[in-house]
Amino acid sequence: MKKIYNIEVDCANCANLMEKAAANTEGVLSASVNFMLLKMEIEFADGANEKKVMKSVLKACRRIEPDCEIEF
Amino acid sequence: MNKKQKKLLFRILISFALTALLLVVPISGVYRFICYFAVYLVIGFDILRKAAKGILNGRVFDENFLMSIATLGAFALAIYTKSGDYLEGVAVMLFYCTGELFQSFAVGKSRKSIAALMDIRPDRANLKTENGVVTVSPQEIRAGDIILVDPGEKVPLDGVVLKGASSLNTSALTGESIPRDVSEGDEVISGCVNMTGALEVRVTKTYEDSTVNKILELVSSASSKKSRFEAFISRFARVYTPIVCGCAAVLALVPPSVNMLLSLPAGFDIWLYRALTFLVVSCPCALVISVPLSFFAGLGCASKNGILIKGSNYLEALSKTEYMVFDKTGTLTKGEFSVTDIVSFGISQEELLRFAAYCECASSHPIAQSLKKAYGKSINRDAVRNIKELAGRGVTAEADGKVIAVGNADLMEEAGAAIPSSLPKGNSVHVALDGVYAGYLLISDTVKENSANALGLLKKAGIKKTVMLTGDNAFEAKRISDTVGTDEFKSGLYPHQKVEAVEEYLLQKPKRSVLAFVGDGINDAPVLSRADVGIAMGGMGSDAAIEAADVVLMDDDPMQLVSALKISRKCVGIVYGNIAFSLLVKFSCLALTAFGVSDMWFAIFADVGVMILAVLNAMRAFYIKK
Repeated sequence: MKKIYNIEVDCANCANLMEKAAANTEGVLSASVNFMLLKMEIEFADGANEKKVMKSVLKACRRIEPDCEIEF
Repeated sequence: MNKKQKKLLFRILISFALTALLLVVPISGVYRFICYFAVYLVIGFDILRKAAKGILNGRVFDENFLMSIATLGAFALAIYTKSGDYLEGVAVMLFYCTGELFQSFAVGKSRKSIAALMDIRPDRANLKTENGVVTVSPQEIRAGDIILVDPGEKVPLDGVVLKGASSLNTSALTGESIPRDVSEGDEVISGCVNMTGALEVRVTKTYEDSTVNKILELVSSASSKKSRFEAFISRFARVYTPIVCGCAAVLALVPPSVNMLLSLPAGFDIWLYRALTFLVVSCPCALVISVPLSFFAGLGCASKNGILIKGSNYLEALSKTEYMVFDKTGTLTKGEFSVTDIVSFGISQEELLRFAAYCECASSHPIAQSLKKAYGKSINRDAVRNIKELAGRGVTAEADGKVIAVGNADLMEEAGAAIPSSLPKGNSVHVALDGVYAGYLLISDTVKENSANALGLLKKAGIKKTVMLTGDNAFEAKRISDTVGTDEFKSGLYPHQKVEAVEEYLLQKPKRSVLAFVGDGINDAPVLSRADVGIAMGGMGSDAAIEAADVVLMDDDPMQLVSALKISRKCVGIVYGNIAFSLLVKFSCLALTAFGVSDMWFAIFADVGVMILAVLNAMRAFYIKK
């Protein structure tokens, strides 16, 4: 299952790092961040709980960029 | 400007004013330090906070950390050397923040221009019901419903005009400024703006399947694939910063130790200062921001011109295109038949055309349509009797007291008319009058007005080879190929053979170059996906094309290919320019610093200056003229 979320982040490098952090989160198959459109596309693993996974994705991203925001 | 930017701007202005004040007012000793450090906190508190958080999260080496170390180090040095020169630390932070603000402003601005460009989403539809007209959201409309589109409104869904005539502005979709005229029976595409008259439209597709929704989905898809450049930059950023930090550490420790071993003065402060200056230059921001920004602007510029590109990797690939393979029908030609030559025996050409048109007057076959169009005058149907359509052969009828047979060679034989053996091949329609051969009309697909011109320009722009593929016979293929000027053509191909032909050229083309296939997306989806870059033409109204292709030209004008190529080349050129420029400045600045030629002022100007220039340069991609 793929879903697209709006995100908020200020710098392009942080967006790159967020992509990596999200992709390494459990329950996420692949992640892609489009800095210019401020969107993050997440492909979830089968049977993953979307809300739970997104919470840990946000947590992982916050470690990189404390000011970032993901709407889910 | 958003709230965050306003806050930052406010802080920059305040600390700028305070710094100016401190420069004039003479304070010395501890108070001097306290004053400067207070200003430093006003501007740099956020950076320090983020740096601290970064360390807590186990993430050193981010730009906040580097800036904090460099500026705090500058303060420490000023105290240690008792120079009282606290200005440097404040100034570096101040310029760094100014650069950040500028970057976020520039990015926000280009985001907005793209958003405005994509403002084609219709917000309402006027549904015609038994109880009058109600305004509903386009999502609620089903196929088959009837809607009214008033002048000035957007067409909310794809459909067919039932009543009314108007001009539609398609510029938001195609970049084409000449309006398109529609009247009863014509198809209308969602996203166009109705300009002159009210239209009553029968909806043919739901909102989800409508052109406008397909386009919006395509453009706003976050999964848009990244180019090689962007991948390179994010890899580069990952190693660049740690390496520069390592160099800084070496610079701070090694030369003073060597000096001590040689029993020279160690000069800790000098080398520490150089190391700190290194850190200021270590931020890879100019590169990291400008490359995706250039691509984003390039994609935006393309869609402004009616060229939808599905990702920056395709924009990059497009710029390297050397082989361009075209489908014939609908791409180089209009896919409409017309009479291109008339050869008559015993009667005038005009007469021959008239007989043919009269005979075919009741038929709706594309060839019959082309005959009637070529004749151009109204046909008195009462004068035509005994019309018989003979499937696969043609039509016979009676008019002006003559028995007319219009059709292929078999029909001529049936009618007892002998065809002279010297006739050329091609798609000809033969005519016999009272069993006597009277001549033929040559029917061909019409070449688009701009095909030859576009191919010439593509060649000039550096496309090495152009090829035309067609299912038509060799005679017709050669004629079209000669008219438009393709280097090679392959005729008589079935759809699967087109894939094979493209595969052949894929093997033949030089390495690293790209093969693009241009089709109309109707039955060449396999070929579109097999080529390096699949370009579908005439995307308006064809959602199959939008799905199958990597690049969609909304208009069916071949000149758009030239625009697409130009935009991709310019955009990639800007990217190369930015990468080369930023790296050059960064590395020369690092070298100058290591040898003690530059100071921290120079470093921060180089860092912020390069970023601003790179961002401005990247924005140019949005304004490439087609």
